[in-house]
Amino acid sequence: MIAAYPITPQTPLTEKLSEFVEGGELNAEYVAVESEHSALTVCTSASMAGARTFTASSAHGLAYMHEMLHWAAGARLPVVLACVNRAIGAPWNILNDQQDSISQRDTGWIQIYARNNQEILDSVLQAYKIAETVYVPVMVCYDGYVLSHAEMPVAVPSQEDVDKFLPSYQPHTILDPANPKNYNLVTLADPRVNTEGVLCHGYMELRYLLQEALQNSGEVIIRVGQEFAELFGRSYANMFWEDRLADADIVIVAMGSLAMEATVAADMLRVKGHKAGVLGMRVFRPFPKADLLKALKKSRLIVVFDKNISYGSEGATCSEIKSALYGSGVNAVIRNFIVGLGGRDVKAREMADAVTKSLPLLKEGFLNSEYPEWICYI
Amino acid sequence: MRTRDCKHICDESSPGIGEAGKTGEWRNSFPMIDQERCTPSRQNKPACFLCWLYCPEAVISKTVPVQINLEYCKGCGICSQVCPVQAITMINEEELHPEEDTQKS
Ligand code: SF4
Ligand code: SF4
Repeated sequence: MIAAYPITPQTPLTEKLSEFVEGGELNAEYVAVESEHSALTVCTSASMAGARTFTASSAHGLAYMHEMLHWAAGARLPVVLACVNRAIGAPWNILNDQQDSISQRDTGWIQIYARNNQEILDSVLQAYKIAETVYVPVMVCYDGYVLSHAEMPVAVPSQEDVDKFLPSYQPHTILDPANPKNYNLVTLADPRVNTEGVLCHGYMELRYLLQEALQNSGEVIIRVGQEFAELFGRSYANMFWEDRLADADIVIVAMGSLAMEATVAADMLRVKGHKAGVLGMRVFRPFPKADLLKALKKSRLIVVFDKNISYGSEGATCSEIKSALYGSGVNAVIRNFIVGLGGRDVKAREMADAVTKSLPLLKEGFLNSEYPEWICYI
Repeated sequence: MRTRDCKHICDESSPGIGEAGKTGEWRNSFPMIDQERCTPSRQNKPACFLCWLYCPEAVISKTVPVQINLEYCKGCGICSQVCPVQAITMINEEELHPEEDTQKS
């Protein structure tokens, strides 16, 4: 079941899907709705009735879904949503940054970021398997225009292989008139004994279970990535992508397509004799703290590029990296650069320059408490 | 017994009285019926029942005498407003249980 409302740059996706449904190539119900809020409401309702659901949005559309994003996660419905990352107004802008999905960070969704077009397709297939195993909705994010309107050769797996990989959806609860149930009614602060005499969760216990599900979902994400590799030959058995981290003392961190650009920046730094590597964030929620610590053990300088900012603080990825390293004994200098907002082009050379500019900080004993720098013309 | 034993992963219940908990606990005043004024009681036959009709919580019985289930009455006072013979008075919970309220504060 697909319910989506078109918004740039997500539009080609919804257009294609509705064509597939209309042409009979995709055996699905396409519900045309009047808003993104309704799109996700239709998905959550259909998911409770036992259907596998999909929606997609960007920027203002995703913001308009905000209430229902919380709802889908709280109701533990394995909805899959493609977020085609776009900047949020004011002022109006239709181009790419990651402020839209980062603003939905705390809604209880798993967030996966794709670096290229192949990863978008592969991640959507994995997203269903992950969501339907841990009963947490999954958002697959990819950069608007950078990927959404760009073309690259993509291996499209066969229906038989996909069916082998992804079993049919088993709902944990199902609306059924023959066995009437209430779901997600007013649930007060304290647990209550239900009409059958069973002590049931209060609001807080249900929210604990959501956190527990996300905490434990890392293992499932990796296992599903391995299973995917076995069938399709492309491995996703990781929470982040590693490029030359084994000997790197300078690590560039970036998420989404920027992680590809970062490998070019690392090439440039390597030519100059620096031991640079790249950590490309793939799964942002759950945040892979433990794995990250291992990967960053050798690092002395970590330069984090964020296409988003928590205003008054810093980029979201940077905050997460700092929190993961706290108390770990890795005392790397961490530098944060805000880049690419509203579609501003980010060049590999600029990323390499930002790293070079940060190198003297290694000697100065720089404290990781400053606000980020912006690569812009101000 | 811990709540995990219920095995739910989202809020789930079967239709039934009290599935949302004892909602009467929110109330700060409650309705008291003066059976000597209430028409069904006075005439000893089914009559009037306007309070039963208007109660938004469906906690008033259509019986002789009329009874109110205070476990779920939210204290809105609609019944006392619609009663044509002023048989229902809203009583402040604090007046009834002043000692409890002191403990709360
Ligand atoms: S106070 Fe309100 S809820 Fe309580 S019995 Fe009267 S009408 Fe019903
Ligand atoms: S409305 Fe008043 S008189 Fe009528 S049944 Fe209710 S309490 Fe009695």
